[in-house]
Amino acid sequence: MRTTILQLFLHLFLLFGLSPLLSGVIGKTKALFAGRVGPPLLQLYFDIWKLFGKGMVISRTTTWIFRAGPVVGLAVPLLASLLIPFGPVGAPISFSGDLIFFVYLFGLSRFFTACAALDTGSSFEGMGAVREVTFSCLAEPTLFFVFIVLARLSGSFSLDAMFGQTLATSWHTAAPSLLLILVCLFIVTLVENCRIPFDDPNTHLELTMIHEVMVLDHSGPDLGMILYGAAMKFLVLGALVVRLFLPGTTGNMALDILLFIGGLLFMAVVIGVIESVMARLRLLRIPQLLVGVSLLSFFSLILLLR
Amino acid sequence: MNFLFLSWLVLGLGACAAALPWRSSKITAILGGGSAVLGCLSGLIAAGQGLVADTAATFSLPWSMPGGSFSLRLDGLSAFFLLPLFIIGLVGALYGTEYMQKEKARLHWTWYNLLLISMAMVVTAANGLLFLFAWECMSLTSFFLVITEYDLPEVVAAGWTYLLATHLGAACLFAFFLTAGAFCGSLDFASFHLLSRLTGPVISVLFLLLLVGFGSKAGIFPLHVWLPDAHPAAPSHVSALMSGVMVKTAIYGLLRMCSFFPVSPAWWGGLLMTIGITGALFGIAMAAMQRDVKRSLAYSTVENVGIILLALGFWMHSRAAGQHVVAALALAGGLIHLLNHALFKSLLFLGAGSLMHGSGSRDLGRMGGLMRRMPVTGLMIVCGGMAICALPPFNGLVGEWFIYRALVESAATLSGLGGFFPVMLVGFLALVGGLVLIVMTRIIGIALLGVPRSPAAAQAHEAGWPMRSAMIALALLCLAGGLMPIQLLRVAGRAAVLLDPDSAHLFTSQVITPSWLGIMALLLIGALLAAFSFNRWRQGRGTVAAASTWGCGFAFPSSRMSYSAESYSELAQSGILCSCLTPESRDGRTIGFFPMIRSFVFTAPDPVLEKFFKPLFQRLAGYCRRCCRLQSGNLHIYLLYVFSATVLLLFWAGQR
Repeated sequence: MRTTILQLFLHLFLLFGLSPLLSGVIGKTKALFAGRVGPPLLQLYFDIWKLFGKGMVISRTTTWIFRAGPVVGLAVPLLASLLIPFGPVGAPISFSGDLIFFVYLFGLSRFFTACAALDTGSSFEGMGAVREVTFSCLAEPTLFFVFIVLARLSGSFSLDAMFGQTLATSWHTAAPSLLLILVCLFIVTLVENCRIPFDDPNTHLELTMIHEVMVLDHSGPDLGMILYGAAMKFLVLGALVVRLFLPGTTGNMALDILLFIGGLLFMAVVIGVIESVMARLRLLRIPQLLVGVSLLSFFSLILLLR
Repeated sequence: MNFLFLSWLVLGLGACAAALPWRSSKITAILGGGSAVLGCLSGLIAAGQGLVADTAATFSLPWSMPGGSFSLRLDGLSAFFLLPLFIIGLVGALYGTEYMQKEKARLHWTWYNLLLISMAMVVTAANGLLFLFAWECMSLTSFFLVITEYDLPEVVAAGWTYLLATHLGAACLFAFFLTAGAFCGSLDFASFHLLSRLTGPVISVLFLLLLVGFGSKAGIFPLHVWLPDAHPAAPSHVSALMSGVMVKTAIYGLLRMCSFFPVSPAWWGGLLMTIGITGALFGIAMAAMQRDVKRSLAYSTVENVGIILLALGFWMHSRAAGQHVVAALALAGGLIHLLNHALFKSLLFLGAGSLMHGSGSRDLGRMGGLMRRMPVTGLMIVCGGMAICALPPFNGLVGEWFIYRALVESAATLSGLGGFFPVMLVGFLALVGGLVLIVMTRIIGIALLGVPRSPAAAQAHEAGWPMRSAMIALALLCLAGGLMPIQLLRVAGRAAVLLDPDSAHLFTSQVITPSWLGIMALLLIGALLAAFSFNRWRQGRGTVAAASTWGCGFAFPSSRMSYSAESYSELAQSGILCSCLTPESRDGRTIGFFPMIRSFVFTAPDPVLEKFFKPLFQRLAGYCRRCCRLQSGNLHIYLLYVFSATVLLLFWAGQR
């Protein structure tokens, strides 16, 4: 019981405290590559803080769905984070089959984000909603394949055990598969969090973008919650990638947590580098790439099925 | 059992009373609808008794039909199917009293009550002949309900397609029951256990007969062609009853007959899984392209039946392989999804009917912005949409969770080909899940949200209390299922005992318990409330400023500029779906400086119907027309026929 409460506390602390930092790190890396000074590392904290204190303007066509989008967008990553281990800190909640709940939990936030976007009646936001639901539909099988690989290796069906202690030994026995799914999970993280090469989080009005266009009409605390929720979602999926990448333990809890945070920051730097050296993909290429990634994860499973 | 008879009595009296020529249609509605409500309440008690009782209740009367006996049996499996039947029947009747205030619907309540009686008889009959009798009554009464608006040509066409499909299926059932009866010596289900002695190809042929016979009613791919036409044609509460319950009676038939068979070979399961996942993918892909909201929902029924079949097939497959835990998970998933689908699909059909009632159209492109004018209906459709997308905290997730668990567990433990197929199925099922989300956000986003797309939608009115309360009841049941998944499992367990005793005992064990899902649903509601109160707190007391949607600098936005139903599914069509499903569209592209008025026409007919069944039946009709030459209309020729037939018969009689 005490460990569960400790885990819960650490989870919430990391989730609320650390999540906006990652976007700052990405921004700083990109600025470094472009030869700019860039926004401060804590820019997103300032933004969210400022937005929470501001007033709101909402569209006349909207209904309660529009207001529900940000609420769900914040609550879902919060609950999802409790199902996964943050590095050495085990998941406060874990049960057999929670991986399915985890996947559908993000379905819930997608449902409401897309509906909230459509609620404005703007064609831009409609476009974003379509892209969000269509691309996620192709990313979902990959996520399941990744989880099946891990379930197969760990012999368990809860995320806590799948990303738990057995991961380190699995790297010895099934390194090729794990390497493949690391790549796949990383790409899923990029898709789900709307990063380059799938989406450009910096452009606001180009017709090629997805997530930012869906939240065009949100303002004030609503927008703040969306930004915070998106940062948390990034942290949650990123934590899985980092755990896969740094499976071991040093035996010292504090050191392990520091390593985990270091891993997250490193991942943010890697994403920053990717965003600096790559262009966004053409929209029609994205489904092809996603199907390719699904096949890659499927292949990693085949390697294990022999 | 007594309550079942009481329910039939009330329903039957109501049917007769509603058939009388009353002066006002209101009296008919009160008599018919009221008796349906009362009958269903009594039937619910009977279903509850059947679920609780340890032994099956039986009843038997001699019947003058050769080979038939009026014997009934109410056991766990029957009660499991009676439960959704009477729930949907009850809320449908309540809904219908408001929905059917038209003079044309003279005999509506008679057919409705008779449909309820015959469906209840289908799931309780314990004699082959009685089963077929009830089955035919069910088909005919539902046919009359489908053609309620018989002055519209497309409704009549849909009715004929339905009648043809259901009778072709019934022909297979006749073949099955006659063969089985001949083998067992009696048409009583009590003697059907002799079927378990059958081996080899005979039993497989019988199984295939069942699959085609029941499949044409259940709308399994590719026999689903009647479904997308018939569901939109019927009044909405009848669509709900047909899609939520009648389609499931076919699954009941399949399960009941399979319970008489010996333990099925693995390839039956494989066949069901293949049909199931193909149907699921096809159904949901077609649902994404329909402009007609009820047609879209009807295709989604094809998808859900596919998922149920997939689960049941996987159950058969794993049972044959001796994996009882996986079999229990798959069976639980199939049964729970069946029950859930009855609830949420009916809710969605009732909601769609309410939208039609309010805005006067079934066309998504003529709705829009209805959430503002019809807040309760809108909320109910959002609830149903979340349930059908299997999103927490609603009931849809529970069934899918079991199905996924079964697939994931066997994918993670088996090796070789045995693990390959579940992995494939998980991938496809996840794809289906993503597409369902597209379909539902499309219906909600285009019909309910945004700006009104037609003057009628701008003047839409909310439904009255009977329609609203029917929808609210179903939505609450959906939510209750999500919060109390253990109860769902317990109900499914009653049916599972008869189907698969080996894995049914696992239903009460800790191995497959879904209790955490209920806890997580509660936690989710808690997290949502917390986020909501934070939002309210930050928003403060003052009113929120309202302005028009930002049009990216364009000052005169109109509803014609917002995203339409076609544009919403275009990306999925071009990016994901197979090109053979691409709908027919006539391009409305404008070229040049002074373009003429152009129009864009978009239709998505069923490819199986258009490319397979229509040519097939046209060719058959061609052959049959050749036989018309026999009927020359000349009396002498006919006399010759009579004479030669007599001579042939004499010869035949002389030979014996």
